[in-house]
Amino acid sequence: MKILVPVKRVIDYNVKPRVKADGTGVDLANVKMSMNPFDEIAVEEAIRLKEKGAATEVVAVSIGVAKAQETLRTALAMGADRAILIQTDDEVEPLGVAKLLAKVQEEEAAGLIILGKQAIDDDSNQTGQMLAALLGRPQGTFASKVEVEGDAVSVTREVDGGLETVKLTTPAIITTDLRLNEPRYASLPNIMKAKSKPLATKTPADYGVDISPRLETVSVAEPAKRSAGVKVADVDELVTKLQSMGVAA
Amino acid sequence: MKTLVWVEHEGGAVKDATLSAVTAAAKLGEVHLLVAGENVSGVADAAAKIAGVDKVHVADDAALGHALAENVAPLVVQLMADHDAFVAPATSNGKNLAPRVAALLDVMQISDILSVESEDTFTRPIYAGNAIATVKSKDAKKVITVRGTAFEKAASEGGSGTVEAVASTGDAGLSSFVGAEIAKLERPELTSAKVIVSGGRALKDGETFEQLIFPLADKLGAAVGASRAAVDAGYVPNDYQVGQTGKIVAPEVYIAIGISGAIQHLAGMKDSKTIIAINKDEDAPIFQVADIGLVGDLFKVVPELTEKL
Repeated sequence: MKILVPVKRVIDYNVKPRVKADGTGVDLANVKMSMNPFDEIAVEEAIRLKEKGAATEVVAVSIGVAKAQETLRTALAMGADRAILIQTDDEVEPLGVAKLLAKVQEEEAAGLIILGKQAIDDDSNQTGQMLAALLGRPQGTFASKVEVEGDAVSVTREVDGGLETVKLTTPAIITTDLRLNEPRYASLPNIMKAKSKPLATKTPADYGVDISPRLETVSVAEPAKRSAGVKVADVDELVTKLQSMGVAA
Repeated sequence: MKTLVWVEHEGGAVKDATLSAVTAAAKLGEVHLLVAGENVSGVADAAAKIAGVDKVHVADDAALGHALAENVAPLVVQLMADHDAFVAPATSNGKNLAPRVAALLDVMQISDILSVESEDTFTRPIYAGNAIATVKSKDAKKVITVRGTAFEKAASEGGSGTVEAVASTGDAGLSSFVGAEIAKLERPELTSAKVIVSGGRALKDGETFEQLIFPLADKLGAAVGASRAAVDAGYVPNDYQVGQTGKIVAPEVYIAIGISGAIQHLAGMKDSKTIIAINKDEDAPIFQVADIGLVGDLFKVVPELTEKL
């Protein structure tokens, strides 16, 4: 079984984003970029399934600017076998990404597609579900445990009330939550090896997919700022504050 | 504009997040609801009483029993022939369902809206709430998920919607529900609590978390939350997590104990009315957003606070 892992290049998890002064977006110039953390978890899960013998090949796919190659090389260094970059300078919305990935899946016929539940830039949380819809396949979103059982996969999901387990027939789409696994760091030899692994470059036009945006960003603004309040000296003072707010008797 | 709001329900009752979604939908136009599930006539009757509801479409079928998106989405798509906007609460079930509907309708979804500016323009948080985008949809139909804390809850009584049965689109045969481990709630639910006491990694272990945080929460009649670090370390289960990818909360009072205040955590709680932080590190970022801060050793301060309340 082949596993397809879509990955996205986003602002690094540790960087605090700054809104551009002209309100057109977030300033990404000279900002550290990394693989979306949820996608890292997806790559790790795919590699573990391969190591367990449940999968034979792991293919990473990214849609984005030329530099998204770096993100794909990271996936290759972690252990993916080959990569596909669908290169574009345009911003592609989740619906467009899902349409491109559906085309990739037509060619690749993977048994599982594992991707992050959301990207930490647009926080949309849509691509996996949309891809599943377009392919007419089941979805196991927000996964904290994945077990392949023949031509089915059992997915434990993090839901509002706790955990829920569903059984899906493959091919299936899985989106990862934080506690699915802890991604490995790529070792130096593997980073070197990744440089010679195959990376194919395509364009959205190669797949005949219209990626023109459906949403227009009118403006991007800073959220209302909270300012630091007062420090209390001790518990008694805190109790008095809580009482005056009516929270404590 | 005619909207269709997906009703999230559990144990025969409409969940609160649905009420916020109804408020958002009412800003767009006429409010219709969809109650899908097994043995849900009671839920449909309750839903019809929500203030502002015109009509409740109810689909009763075992295949709809566990809100499996594979089975619910085709039903929604069928109903969307007569509706202009599909609205779901941005809960784990809503987030699972809505994009599947959107893709089937060839619509780009607008996730987690904070406000309705007009029929096609909305605001939504991006980058963990570090920026707020105003977006305008060019799609003829809209698919929207609603951040519960951003909209008042519609009154659960006072409406007089009509109830109309619709046929289920059946079992897609793609997925099945195996089981769930749903925590029994001994305290108020996080997303609707007035007061939340939240603990971080500094609590050391699960036992200490329980011994320090739970009694304080019980004194205040509060819900209990946690930072990602505390959940990852196994102190409490995943459903306690507050943050960018966990639950978004906005209580009257949020008490953060031993939480340093990573941006991903702040994303989930910074709309709380009053934030109180207890932390031994006076430079912890949580103090930059806290209204009231107490610098001190939580192992001493928290038991003292619990006792004095």
